[in-house]
Amino acid sequence: MHPDPLTTLMNKAKTLPHPTKTPTDKIHLIFPASPNGVRKALADTLEKLRFLELSIEETGTVELVLAEVMNNITEHAYADYPDGMIDLQITPTSRGLYCKVSDSGKPMPKGAAPLGSRALLDCELNDLPEGGFGWFLIRDLARDLEYSRVAGKNLLNFRIATNQPDLLAN
Amino acid sequence: MQLETKTYGDTLIVTATMPRIDAAIAIEFKDNMRTACMDGPARVVLDLSSVSFLDSSGLGAVVAAMKLLAPDQKLELAGLTTNVDKVFRLTRMDRVFTIHPDTDTALNDTETDIENAS
Repeated sequence: MHPDPLTTLMNKAKTLPHPTKTPTDKIHLIFPASPNGVRKALADTLEKLRFLELSIEETGTVELVLAEVMNNITEHAYADYPDGMIDLQITPTSRGLYCKVSDSGKPMPKGAAPLGSRALLDCELNDLPEGGFGWFLIRDLARDLEYSRVAGKNLLNFRIATNQPDLLAN
Repeated sequence: MQLETKTYGDTLIVTATMPRIDAAIAIEFKDNMRTACMDGPARVVLDLSSVSFLDSSGLGAVVAAMKLLAPDQKLELAGLTTNVDKVFRLTRMDRVFTIHPDTDTALNDTETDIENAS
């Protein structure tokens, strides 16, 4: 007699690795806070994430959020520090990519991450904004965002939701 | 930098041949757009079909280029790839620019306009 589909599925599930909080494929990069440093870090990160087989859209979201976060650090936190470094850690899980970004630059204005309101475009062409889109995109695309200032460092934690139902183990 | 230009009647097609317009080249892109379009036709179509990544700095540079060219020249866009299109949609900048699926459509649009006008 053949086992019913549910039993088959449950037996199969038993053979899969148990979900664990211990990351085995964590990515950790430390790199210079400069436009080219960020560019290389993004390329390295996407290369290391290839095993996840993210869709083009998901890959684009990951690259965009990380780019905006790290460009902000380069341009604002390290505005007066040309030799600043960025520490990036990414832990892939079934709920998406948990990202930790830290730097030793200036704290966020008023001690909080910007709200990132959508720029108003109902204006004359010459008044259209050329910046200020970064935090809007981060807030729109990232989840569970938390900022803290600890021991002279900025710490930004957030999650980028990706569709990884098969990724049981971290 | 990698901007190729070709004139078709009253339209200048500027093709961005770089794979990304990001913080590392945003300022250079804006300056080169100005140079590429100088003394060109009134209608400029920026072909972004080779660009797979654009961040907010890149978006700002495209907006800046549009403002630089106005009022004598109008900047339109063509060939937005998946992730470039997303940035324009999320920021609602897709409502500010005329966006064509590709350069062929952009050029045919002119012909339609001319036919309608005559």
